[in-house]
Amino acid sequence: MTATRHKEATAPVRSSGALSIWVGRHFSMAGQSLGRLLKQPFASLMIILVIAVTLALPAALNLIVKNAAAVSGSWENALDFSVFLDRALSASEAESLARLIEKRADVANVQFITAEQALEEFKVQSGFGNAMDQLSQNPLPHTLVVRPSAANTSETVILLREELANLPETDFVQVDTEWVQRFHAILDIVREAILIGSILLGTAIIVIIGNTIRLDIQNRREEIEVTKLIGASNAFVRRPFLWTGFWYGLLGGLLAIALVQYGVYLLQAPIARLAGLYQSGVDVLTFELREIGIIIGIGVFLGLTGSWSAAARHMRRIEPR
Amino acid sequence: MIHLENVTKRFPGGQEALSGLDLSVDKGEMVFVTGHSGAGKSTLLRLIALIERPSSGQVVVDGQNTSRVRRRKIPDYRRQIGMVFQDHKLLYDRSVAENVALPLIIAGASHRDAGRRVRAALEQVSLLHKEKQNPETLSAGEQQRVGIARAIASRPKLLIADEPTGNLDPDLSLEVMRVFRRFNEFGVTLLIASHDIALIDRLGCRRIELQNGRLRQGVESE
Repeated sequence: MTATRHKEATAPVRSSGALSIWVGRHFSMAGQSLGRLLKQPFASLMIILVIAVTLALPAALNLIVKNAAAVSGSWENALDFSVFLDRALSASEAESLARLIEKRADVANVQFITAEQALEEFKVQSGFGNAMDQLSQNPLPHTLVVRPSAANTSETVILLREELANLPETDFVQVDTEWVQRFHAILDIVREAILIGSILLGTAIIVIIGNTIRLDIQNRREEIEVTKLIGASNAFVRRPFLWTGFWYGLLGGLLAIALVQYGVYLLQAPIARLAGLYQSGVDVLTFELREIGIIIGIGVFLGLTGSWSAAARHMRRIEPR
Repeated sequence: MIHLENVTKRFPGGQEALSGLDLSVDKGEMVFVTGHSGAGKSTLLRLIALIERPSSGQVVVDGQNTSRVRRRKIPDYRRQIGMVFQDHKLLYDRSVAENVALPLIIAGASHRDAGRRVRAALEQVSLLHKEKQNPETLSAGEQQRVGIARAIASRPKLLIADEPTGNLDPDLSLEVMRVFRRFNEFGVTLLIASHDIALIDRLGCRRIELQNGRLRQGVESE
């Protein structure tokens, strides 16, 4: 009996390079690494929370910018010019000028508002109706509201505006919606700032995970030494630590999304109230599936990078003594 | 199986652990290395396990010149050798069976294959009934036997042991040596560092003695 047993014990290991075994080992190692994290739930949670908050910050800012851009996008086609004409111009002259401008390729349409119409409108809207009646003559000029055609770029719009302003009949041109452009420029800057901030925060995550893994490696120094004595390669001893980094990143990413979504949920009611004041319904945009994938992907990438950098540096130094 | 030619190991401090050592162990032999502590027994084993490299001279193990084994190939090299340590070097965060399975997992054995080998190896050291326990709950002698089971689980042709009975009482020591003896009968080459001369004489194996890093002449016994 012992003899047959021994034969079994002493047949050489079939180095079954089968992929399924390799995959199976990887999975069981992934499970062991996760189990290790769960064994110290508090310590693990702290690190995951740090990662989650660090990821959630730029993700939330991105979401705010996305919503702001969506809201302001609906104002973009309100980019009209008000061309105030010279007071000396008669209504018919103004009318023919309007038809002339309307023929331009870079103009979609021109709305002609006579001085009388403008005054009527002003009386109604301003509440100064009676006071205006006292005026002996209309102080307002004829006005053309020019809407540039959709084919315009921001440069050609500026060009159009210059040309309109240089017409001899023009008193001055006002772009009521200039601030929309400014707002978009500001959003661009904010986006850029978020990107820069994200890179810094991402670096911080790599450092945090790297440091955590480094401590983990130190705590398991003896185990690493023993496994190396038995013939484990650097890749083999590194693997569980890479899995740990992977789990930190994945769980941190998931928690980050949960935090932001919860924040959106909390803000929904106040935003609805605000939108109600502006008599507009607002749909708060949340993460799309693609964005969720990106956040988790970034978390995993940072986790693996952090653990890899720590493992690569410290694993080689641990050699059996 | 093991061939040392004019091997010298000098440590950074300048003292020589081994000085021009020549030694040869044939396939299937069971050889004991004795000598005072500091005589170079451990250094000899460490050179064979490639934990250290000689300052000069050649160490050839199973036809491989260790000086030609590159750093990256050391893991592959070590997998061919079973190692038993005085302090067992077991991992206490896992069961006895998982400890014994470690070299098999490193070698990439399948789950079923590994399980069978672990049980076979544990049966060899009569510890199959304790496979699920944590090694910490085992006695010193049992722990050492788990260490031996781990060393033989992947069926190495060569087994080296550094003071395997150093912490054991005479009865347990004899038990461990009998286990070694049995492996030897199945063709495993063994090189065992020990200072327990009385025990070695009882087993009647070849014995070489180191003194100040050299073979002490005239004590080679068969």
